[in-house]
Amino acid sequence: MASAPSAVLAGGAAAAQHGSPTRRRSKRRVLPGFNITLGFTVFYLSLIVLIPLSALFFKTFSLTWPQFWDAVTAPRVLASYKLTFGASLIAATVNAVFGLLVAWVLVRYSFPGKKIVDALVDLPFALPTAVAGISLTAILAGNGWIGQYTEPLGIQLAFNPNGVVIALIFIGLPFVVRTVQPVLEDSEKELEEAATCLGATRWQTFSRVIFPSIAPALLTGFAMAFARAVGEYGSVIFIAGNMPMVSEITPLIIISKLEQYDYAGATAVALVMLLFSFVLLLLINGLQTWQRKRSGGNLQ
Amino acid sequence: MSTSTSPRTARKGTTEAAWVRRTLIGIALVFMALFLVLPLAAVFTEALRKGFDAYWEALKDPDAWSAIRLTLLTAAVAVPLNLVFGVAAAWAVAKYEFWGKSFLTTLIDLPFSVSPVVAGLIYVLVFGAQGWLGPWLAEHDIKIVFAVPGIILATIFVTFPFIARELIPLMQAQGNDEEQAAIVLGASGWQTFWHVTLPNIKWGLIYGVILCNARAMGEFGAVSVVSGHIRGQTNTMPLHVEILYNEYQSVAAFAVASLLALLALVTLVIKSVAEWQMERELKALAELPPERPTPANPTLLGQTP
Repeated sequence: MASAPSAVLAGGAAAAQHGSPTRRRSKRRVLPGFNITLGFTVFYLSLIVLIPLSALFFKTFSLTWPQFWDAVTAPRVLASYKLTFGASLIAATVNAVFGLLVAWVLVRYSFPGKKIVDALVDLPFALPTAVAGISLTAILAGNGWIGQYTEPLGIQLAFNPNGVVIALIFIGLPFVVRTVQPVLEDSEKELEEAATCLGATRWQTFSRVIFPSIAPALLTGFAMAFARAVGEYGSVIFIAGNMPMVSEITPLIIISKLEQYDYAGATAVALVMLLFSFVLLLLINGLQTWQRKRSGGNLQ
Repeated sequence: MSTSTSPRTARKGTTEAAWVRRTLIGIALVFMALFLVLPLAAVFTEALRKGFDAYWEALKDPDAWSAIRLTLLTAAVAVPLNLVFGVAAAWAVAKYEFWGKSFLTTLIDLPFSVSPVVAGLIYVLVFGAQGWLGPWLAEHDIKIVFAVPGIILATIFVTFPFIARELIPLMQAQGNDEEQAAIVLGASGWQTFWHVTLPNIKWGLIYGVILCNARAMGEFGAVSVVSGHIRGQTNTMPLHVEILYNEYQSVAAFAVASLLALLALVTLVIKSVAEWQMERELKALAELPPERPTPANPTLLGQTP
């Protein structure tokens, strides 16, 4: 047993003798397992994610350009983009406003049951989307808890684009709350005190001091909620009514094309969605870097 | 006079008038009640609409049982695989510096931003009858898509980043010094992981696993594309809920859905406990700086000074 530590020490001494150019390199090797963990990570990532995703690109190459263009710009598909992106944008905006409010209330105020409310924020992450879908439909349909009061007023909430927006608000809420909450917790009260001492009203302090410091996080949360809403399927299809040209979302178009064995058409529409989510992913990464720089600058 | 007013003004400067606070809390709670509590309550109310007997009847249905079994099987395969991957990825990303690291982290996050429907579609394109491996699979009589393996694969894809994402920032925050101490004292790599790293990341790991499991059991979109929707064979619980709902068997649909809602509630409880434990451990760490050896030489951590 005594030989093992001494071997390590000898190795350390040998590494120390190497001089400065190789020092960083040899230090890195102190912990074992780099090759095997990185190798496995890349292998599993390729097998599960990268190779199957590349199939989407190769399948699209089997289409000619006009075929591809026709598939992704058919009137019914265009209408679905409009609904998907429009409803997602509205839902993400509502989430940004109310998510900020919920995060603010949870961080700054105390009230009975706060811990339960805090835990409940993650419900949309934990509740299967299909369950959320049928449950929201049951509430908002003409005979439901809420629908029975709104329908006589002429407001139909289920089986039309309103329902799509409501379902997307449900699934997107935690994204905004959970990205804004930690930033609010870390924000320094000294800055607010300074603003007050300098004569700012509370609203001025909020809009000129607090809001700019949480804006990157809020925007990140908004983008995440939007990205999730665009791809959402499970909760929406129950409540949407799925009428072509009116309340049919893009993921449903992909499914119905698949059911008609139109693999090429489904792939083309899926590629448009995938490219869009790549752009959003890059945007979110950029936003997060911005946010880190911002908060890093505050701390130092 | 000045001593009694200054704390008050300072406090006034960093919070709002009582009526503003109450209004904001009120609006937030009403919003949460409408969007989160009401749907949850509706699931159980609808499930019990015709009493407990109808509820039990719906759950005793053999098709419901086979859906439950398939869901459990899917999670039992997908979660451990993603657990192994998550730990390996977090070890590689958090403990070492290498070229292309941030690109790799972005790729690990990728499945989160892909629509579940697209996730299902790509497996159809690889393993389906017209796909890359379709002819070969047909020759050897192996069924992947529209069968159980496809459901498991699609579930692995959508739950892919959960555990890695949870562990990477946690392990990065903890640094390398404890592991390095263990290695220098003669522990093997495996011993170091088992006795030093694992206790440190325990709660983060539980957090990641529980969320991964919830998504694995509840996934609908991706699984719906690759499942053949064969009752009693390739129906997971969420798919079974859909079929029952579309057949206007509302009570039965909500009965199965109530099991999934219970799962969500259990998930939230375990998740909150894990979160509180993590916070407590972080606080305990922060409270004893003198006993925690601070790295005098930053290069020891493998970081550039």
